[in-house]
Amino acid sequence: MRINCPTCGERDRREFYYVGDAVALQRPAPDAGLDAWDDYVHLRDNPAGQTRDLWHHEGGCGAWLVVTRNTVTHAIAKVEMAREVAR
Amino acid sequence: MRLRDVDTVPFTFDGVTYQGVVGETLAAALIANGVRLVARSFKYHRPRGIMGAGSEEPNALVTIGSGADAEPNVRATVQLVYEGLAAFSQNAWPSLKSDVMAVNDLASPFLGAGFYYKTFMWPKPFWEKIYEPIIRRAAGLGGLSGQPDTDVHEKPYAFCDVLVIGGGPAGLMAALVAAKSGVDVILAEEDTALGGRLLAELEDIDGLPAMDWVAEVAADLRDMPNVRIMTRTTVTGAYDQGTFGAHERVERDGMTSAFWRIVAKRSILCAGALERGIAFPNNDRPGIMMAGAVRAYVNRWGVAPGARVAVYGNTADVARTARDLTVQGIDVVAQIDAAKGAAVVATKGRHALSAITVLRGGVEEEIAVDCLAVTGGWNPSVHLTCHMNGRPVWDDKIASFVPTAGAIPGMVTAGACHGVFDTMGCLADAAQIAEGVVRDLKLKPAQIDLPDADATPYQITPVWSVAGKGRKWIDFQNDVHVKDINLAAQEGFKSVEHMKRYTTQGMAPDQGKSSNVVALAVLADVTGRGIPETGTTTFRPPYVPVPIAAMGAGGGGKGFAPERFTTSHDASVAAAAPMIEAGLWYRPSYFPKTGERTWRQSCDREVYMVRNAVGVCDVSTLGKIDIQGQDAAALLDFVYTNTFSSLKVGRVRYGLMLREDGHVLDDGTTARLGDDHFVMTTTTAAAGLVMRHLEFVLQVLRSDLNARVISVTEQWAQFAIAGPQSRALLNGLLDAPVDDVPFMGWRDVTVGGIAGRLFRISFSGEMAFELAVPSRFGASLWDALNDAAAALGGGAYGMEALNVLRIEKGFITHAEIHGRVTAFDIGMDRMISRKKDCVGQTMAARSGLMDENRAQLVGLRPVGAVKQLSAGAHLFESGAAPIRENGQGYITSVGFSPTLGSTIALGFLDRGRARHGEVIRMVDHLRDLDAQVVVCDPVFFDPEGDRVRG
Repeated sequence: MRINCPTCGERDRREFYYVGDAVALQRPAPDAGLDAWDDYVHLRDNPAGQTRDLWHHEGGCGAWLVVTRNTVTHAIAKVEMAREVAR
Repeated sequence: MRLRDVDTVPFTFDGVTYQGVVGETLAAALIANGVRLVARSFKYHRPRGIMGAGSEEPNALVTIGSGADAEPNVRATVQLVYEGLAAFSQNAWPSLKSDVMAVNDLASPFLGAGFYYKTFMWPKPFWEKIYEPIIRRAAGLGGLSGQPDTDVHEKPYAFCDVLVIGGGPAGLMAALVAAKSGVDVILAEEDTALGGRLLAELEDIDGLPAMDWVAEVAADLRDMPNVRIMTRTTVTGAYDQGTFGAHERVERDGMTSAFWRIVAKRSILCAGALERGIAFPNNDRPGIMMAGAVRAYVNRWGVAPGARVAVYGNTADVARTARDLTVQGIDVVAQIDAAKGAAVVATKGRHALSAITVLRGGVEEEIAVDCLAVTGGWNPSVHLTCHMNGRPVWDDKIASFVPTAGAIPGMVTAGACHGVFDTMGCLADAAQIAEGVVRDLKLKPAQIDLPDADATPYQITPVWSVAGKGRKWIDFQNDVHVKDINLAAQEGFKSVEHMKRYTTQGMAPDQGKSSNVVALAVLADVTGRGIPETGTTTFRPPYVPVPIAAMGAGGGGKGFAPERFTTSHDASVAAAAPMIEAGLWYRPSYFPKTGERTWRQSCDREVYMVRNAVGVCDVSTLGKIDIQGQDAAALLDFVYTNTFSSLKVGRVRYGLMLREDGHVLDDGTTARLGDDHFVMTTTTAAAGLVMRHLEFVLQVLRSDLNARVISVTEQWAQFAIAGPQSRALLNGLLDAPVDDVPFMGWRDVTVGGIAGRLFRISFSGEMAFELAVPSRFGASLWDALNDAAAALGGGAYGMEALNVLRIEKGFITHAEIHGRVTAFDIGMDRMISRKKDCVGQTMAARSGLMDENRAQLVGLRPVGAVKQLSAGAHLFESGAAPIRENGQGYITSVGFSPTLGSTIALGFLDRGRARHGEVIRMVDHLRDLDAQVVVCDPVFFDPEGDRVRG
């Protein structure tokens, strides 16, 4: 598997550290309530199809990336800088 | 028998010396020497001979070499002969000719499909102790030596525009069109030579022998800088994003093989086709071979598989084989046309074929033969197209499966694997397919004139099995015959995947390459379904067996993990300190002195030394992160539970980090170097984790903050100087005295003119400092510190003493903050500031994480006869039975405290903080320990902290 890092270009997945669902970008406010926090910390979809993951280019530029990919075909549709997605 | 004059070299098979030609296959050499019996079958130990001429060979598996270098289960059809080659037969004892396990064959009526499942069910306890060990010993073919492998393998990478898989007529044409169009091409061919079937057939191209055309195209390709030709390289698997695994048998320059990862924008599969057999009674005797293999041995290798040969089959290959044999002067005694209803119904010969019985027009006739060439037609090699869940489709015209288009993104198929079997058709198909690929890559395809080649259309009358008495073998490698498949269907295993698992059809190392389609046809027949409805089993990588050593190349021994060394490493090793792993780092356990016979003696001395004089210790492995920017303090406030924006320049503060779920992530100290500049330390274990975490916070959660972080762990060598004499040591060593550095303060210092940083922090509870200098000065500073310490009655201490010192003080490490522990559990919940938001703050406030009944950090000391405590032991109420339901906690850290003269431990105990003074029970079922312990405060020594303040 190769990921097209916006700063470094197409690189082998061994340079990246996989974290999990990009839901981690949407951190609730401290007073959002425990349900919102439970959702944020614990609850994840398990889609057969499109998913958005967080990857860290640890062996490269250090950027956190949002990778949109398909869990059925393994095709990668989009790679974005998490910094820009989070804005 | 050889058909040509050749130069030969000696090789051995089962200890007997024969003559072979360098570069020919071992199978060809054995045939040349008249060796018929080469193996015993897997289950019934039936005598078996060479059947094929390629990597699909099911029978002729041998072991090459002996001792550590022995390689088992090598197909004799791909092993090349060299001088001194030593090959051995497998699965036979005491010898191939008199194999005692052949008794299995006599017992075969009881050993049919599902035998193991039915027989060894009862009594249940027998399985693990009796049945399985016996079956395991009897099972398997070749064995491993049990010694470390000395073969050298490598894992290289390659990238190209177009990967052409297979170097037969289609592959050559596809590569030529792509290369001439300017595409970067890799042509991978399993064989030693290019040409594919043309190597084995008597055919003309443009009026000249076909191999002349092959040589011309090969030379053309070799001359082009945009072409890489990889022979002896089998593409073993197709993976995501145009990635392929490929195994190259190198066998030169000291290297055994290479397992390639090839990444290609497009691929053209030109894998050809594999011949299939016909299931007739006792069709497995040595001397019964595939017709295409017989032609390969005669035409390519110049060896005769027999002197009296019969040919049996259902396509024009019967006549073709007879013609090729006759050309070489070999006696063809019968041509048996299965398409016209003729059949072989019996065979004779225990260790080699001696006669066949042919049924023609209702008349049986026995014919004396020493070789029978068989063909049941050809199956396109669709395997790679199935590696990503693609299913091939049935094509009635060729009575076999062809690939589904688009089964592998970026892959197209051409030639025989595309269902086109005549040479002219292959060339035209490949040229057209390759042109499409070139256009797909936005290039203009070069025009190549197609040569004139054989265009005889392929016609087949399917014949799968014939009637008659005796076992009709289908999967030779796993000893599956027609009756096994019938039995599976009778017993309800009618789905092809069920039949496969019940009979083991297609589950041997050859993955049913020559047998699966016949087996499907038999299953379709017995279940009354058509073959397309019956479906196929799933082909998975690898296409051919790949040595695990090749896949794991570079990962043996020290290659398993990188090593990180501190600047004091060499000095520690020179001081005879045993080094232990801490993640990827190596750290000294203790520094033995003359006369010390156990590690405990050294450890006790080192602890005493720190408590009473001074000790020095390399702490460079702790993570160090430099943080700069106008919002650096705000970043720290967000990642630490406590406040850092209030920290004054020149001061150091202990900080606790949580995960977002409210559990402890890490701890450490952070010093404020300037208004916008901090240096953070992490634990050794969590250095990478914390770095990732800070990057995440800065890039994602708080991208509003103007701050940058960088790891400086490798840039600084840092040493702890601990003990009552630590200040005296530093005042003697540094360029200026440090009497004014307060506890939890830091100063810029110079040592021998070298700028460094001095932090007054302590992990031992003694007055202590950590001195950091750029790494290039680490080794010499370590020597200077050791000399200075020795002059004050101190010296170096290692991890064991460091651990005892911190347990005495109740300081936590990742043994305590192991991922399931909250700030509340370790008594630090008051460190979570309520005046600001921080990672983990919200979730840490959940009532369940603040419950008084939770297991809390406590100290433990033995009070009974048993003085030994152990990390990992469980805690119970004094009178409670030591069973899981009664568990109340566990021990995380243990050490012997020479200061207190007792073993001491840290652990977690339900409601522990309210239970100081209570005597409880510690039980370690693994080490068989059962001790009475008293619960106490986790700080065993100097609870007021007077010593650290000096």
